[in-house]
Amino acid sequence: MTYTLEGTTGPWEVVIGLEVHAQVTSQAKLFSGAATAFGAEPNSQVSFVDAGFPGMLPVINAECIAQAVRTGLGLNAEIHLWSRFDRKNYFYADLPQGYQISQYAHPIVGQGAVEVTLADGSTKTIGITRLHLEQDAGKSLHDQHPTKSYIDLNRSGVALMEIVSEPDMRSPEEAGAYLAKLRQIMRYLGTCDGNMDEGSMRADVNVSVRRAGEGYRTRCEVKNVNSIRFVMQAVEAEARRQIEVWESGGTVEQETRLFDTARGVTRSMRSKEDAHDYRYFPDPDLPPLVLEQGWVDQLKAGLPELPDQRRARYAALGLSAYDAQVLTAERETAAFFEEVAHGRDAKAAANWVTGDYFAALNRLKRTVTDSPVSAKHLGELLDLMADGTLSGKLAKEVFEAMLEADEAPGAIVEKRGLRQVTDSSAIEAVVDEVLAKNADKVADYRSGKDKLFGFFVGQTMKAMAGKGNPALVNEVLKRRLA
Amino acid sequence: MSLDAATVRRVANLARLRLEDQEVGKLQAELNGILGWIEQLQQVDTDGVEPMAGGSPGGAALRWRGDAVTDGGQAAKVLANAPDRAGDWFAVPKVVE
Amino acid sequence: MMRPTDLTIAQALDALDRREVSAVELATAFLDAIERLNPRLNAYITVTAEQALETAKASDARRAKGEAGKLDGIPLGIKDLFCTEGTRTTAGSNILDGFVPPYESTVSANLKRDGAVFLGKLNLDEFAMGSSNQTSAFGPVENPWSRANDPAKRLVPGGSSGGSAAAVAARLAMGATATDTGGSIRQPAAFCGIAGIKPTYGRCSRWGIVAFASSLDQAGPVARTVEDNAILLASMAGFDPRDSTSADLPVPDFRAAVGRGVKGLRIGVPEEYRIPGMAPEIEALWQQGLDWLRAEGAEIVPISLPHTKYALPTYYVVAPAEASSNLARYDGVRYGLREDGRDLKDLYERTRARGFGAEVRRRVMIGTYVLSAGYYDAYYLKAQKVRALIRRDFEQAWEKVDAIVTPATPSAAFAMDEKQDDPVTMYLNDVFTVTANLAGLPGLAVPAGLDAQGLPLGLQVIGRAFDEETVFAVGGAIERAAGFAAKPGIMA
Repeated sequence: MTYTLEGTTGPWEVVIGLEVHAQVTSQAKLFSGAATAFGAEPNSQVSFVDAGFPGMLPVINAECIAQAVRTGLGLNAEIHLWSRFDRKNYFYADLPQGYQISQYAHPIVGQGAVEVTLADGSTKTIGITRLHLEQDAGKSLHDQHPTKSYIDLNRSGVALMEIVSEPDMRSPEEAGAYLAKLRQIMRYLGTCDGNMDEGSMRADVNVSVRRAGEGYRTRCEVKNVNSIRFVMQAVEAEARRQIEVWESGGTVEQETRLFDTARGVTRSMRSKEDAHDYRYFPDPDLPPLVLEQGWVDQLKAGLPELPDQRRARYAALGLSAYDAQVLTAERETAAFFEEVAHGRDAKAAANWVTGDYFAALNRLKRTVTDSPVSAKHLGELLDLMADGTLSGKLAKEVFEAMLEADEAPGAIVEKRGLRQVTDSSAIEAVVDEVLAKNADKVADYRSGKDKLFGFFVGQTMKAMAGKGNPALVNEVLKRRLA
Repeated sequence: MSLDAATVRRVANLARLRLEDQEVGKLQAELNGILGWIEQLQQVDTDGVEPMAGGSPGGAALRWRGDAVTDGGQAAKVLANAPDRAGDWFAVPKVVE
Repeated sequence: MMRPTDLTIAQALDALDRREVSAVELATAFLDAIERLNPRLNAYITVTAEQALETAKASDARRAKGEAGKLDGIPLGIKDLFCTEGTRTTAGSNILDGFVPPYESTVSANLKRDGAVFLGKLNLDEFAMGSSNQTSAFGPVENPWSRANDPAKRLVPGGSSGGSAAAVAARLAMGATATDTGGSIRQPAAFCGIAGIKPTYGRCSRWGIVAFASSLDQAGPVARTVEDNAILLASMAGFDPRDSTSADLPVPDFRAAVGRGVKGLRIGVPEEYRIPGMAPEIEALWQQGLDWLRAEGAEIVPISLPHTKYALPTYYVVAPAEASSNLARYDGVRYGLREDGRDLKDLYERTRARGFGAEVRRRVMIGTYVLSAGYYDAYYLKAQKVRALIRRDFEQAWEKVDAIVTPATPSAAFAMDEKQDDPVTMYLNDVFTVTANLAGLPGLAVPAGLDAQGLPLGLQVIGRAFDEETVFAVGGAIERAAGFAAKPGIMA
């Protein structure tokens, strides 16, 4: 069913394309040896290249090239063995060279596609137009002084991948799902940390609206949206604005806008009023970027398993679609699960990780990366259940103890004497005692009151402080009551 | 192709060169003189010719460097020539986005 | 013994080795000469006398310990386009007002590594844009030569490396660094009666040299002899990982090539360089040069470089386009001149209008225009294609010849008040030199004779990419045959 927004004159479809700027994970910048770490003192991670000093020249960072290729492979995209850097010329306070080095005419990565899963379980393929490498600009602070802006060039020259989608998305949900999927893929690949609040990922959102069956109408670009939630909000806000313009008899002008997160509306960018004419031309400081197919093949062979492949493998292990989805959402979660499940029953492992373990994380406000329990110990807990040392109930008790101090479950069992009793003669003795104490109920049971069986189980377990092996207890009771 | 005064102003704006009104006419004439002379390039048959970008006579491929932090940590030097600064920031008239 | 300022670099290195002269004595002699003549010639923008004496002293100490480098104690001038750590660098422009680079260009650092003594920073056309050294914000440089029939007429030294060429010709430096984007080494060398080589693109690192047009700029030396050029280039050149266009090739023994001779070499003579209106003296000198080479055993081969005619207009698209982008960084924010404005855009516009001179503004305008939407294909892309054809012309020529010999310039030095009306007239100065830049090839200017007014004229030798050795061999042969011994009127 197509998502539409209702105007005063009828329903409107929304057409969305995203340009995502993802910071390449690397030690040094794209064209200089300055560091890329977040949160450093102003201008402390700046080379003279990044500051656009006279006579300074760019030299490319091999790892940034590799990361772009890995990302391209992860997006099922064509890798261009010949690409080139162009200069995009414009003046801006935080653009020291007066141009951005980018790949305009010949990007390193061409067409690809990603599949997103929507809330209703359906999937949709979003086309990737291209991915190219470019430099980030510096950062301007406008709120430090009444009449001045302050400029920090630490980000200047940091490598970005600009990933351009086809205008294939039709709802805020799809835009959000696409962005989440890109982030997931890049985190799996280790090519971008995806930390949107640190600016490692930003999206320019292209939005237009149309009537069903129409071609594309004029689009506007909402710049620099920095969270998945804001992207979804910006899509809707901008679409509603455009609908109003069209419905009031106006015309949407192609322009660059900003999303005001506080007011939930988009507004025109004043500083970019100048007609854009970027005067792209090949950067004469940088010969063409030539890759060898063998090198690309090596990178491909070294890629980690990607979320889609991993989800398929989990499904093949017998996990539910939901569990497979949840466990692969983050690379760290999947790694945790893999360690728990290693050499064990995958379904049981999945049940524990998505059940008690996730519940505990929620309760304690922790994440897999600062897990209160190690995967190794959780795995050992599963072993103790599998070999009958612990019942499910006892296991939960041991797990609670593990949350307090991440100790080996075996040690907790020993220390607290929680080992389940599997000695049938010991169970028989307790059962006989219980039956003797409740002779009247035994009589009732034997005369047909089957429901009393549960009572006997409860009494036996109580007498054994919960440590009786439930299956054995059942079996002995059935035998004795027969 | 001949430049009109409006184009001269537009190009000056792109190049961020302040142009006084009285300068436009002279500059327009000079630029048109140069562009008219450049016009002879149109006589050359360049069909199927690959453009030469970059100066390397034999054509060259980009050389890569390793991913190591070898630069930075020199805010004092980066800022030493700044016409205006505030602490370790460069300062410019306030920019409105 | 000769006066120190008359020594060539080769002679000075021998004299230093034999302890006939010290580096301090050399530096002192040149600093004295600068003090005397620079007020007239204006070849130096900045003289670093104190530093020069200090480094000369250190050089003498090294030599005493037997640790002298290849150029130890040789007093040189540095074109003020090379960034020099701790010494003001102007590029001949107001826009770099007060800029003191916190780094040393690779080429000047290489010279320092080999022990050279820097006397100061040499005047040039603003951002190396010019052929007369009259666009400098620090005033024009005067050519130390003058016309026999009109000695009072002040002549230009050529450009953009006018300060470099004038200083070497007038013995205010033993040699100098220079750069060449369309002829900026060879044309002033020819105008001032000295030799200068623009090596193959990629031979010298561009790192730390203020960029004019990145795909054309190359550093090279100017000096009084071909051999001195070979000595200087050997120190300046070499692979630099900080310049992505630097060639990863070993530096050959250029000096050895100078005396190699031309026996068996095929020398190309491009018919297209016989341009209408060329002075008969230049035509005659060219013929003379070819005769000398033939006499030395070279074979003279007529060749055709059919796109020569389009080289200058190609250059005047490519170079301004790159310059318009390269000069965008001069915005008054991080270094250099700032003119305050009511907002940032106004600040940019005022700073750049005031900081750049008329010729730079003109080229930035042209460059911005040819790259702008709607004109890119007609101008910039077209020029890149013609450039490819010019390169192909040379590639085809190399199938028949080993070097090409042409005049260096279409005329001798002109007067400061000539060629001022029309920018295009000025651009025509580079008609013989600009092709080597477009094709990335090495080109050497050698003084070969005088015109009727006693002004020097030069010949140019163009060679295959990275074959400076053959260029030096041919240049050396011309130099020996010409026996050029004339001296400028103004000289230390």
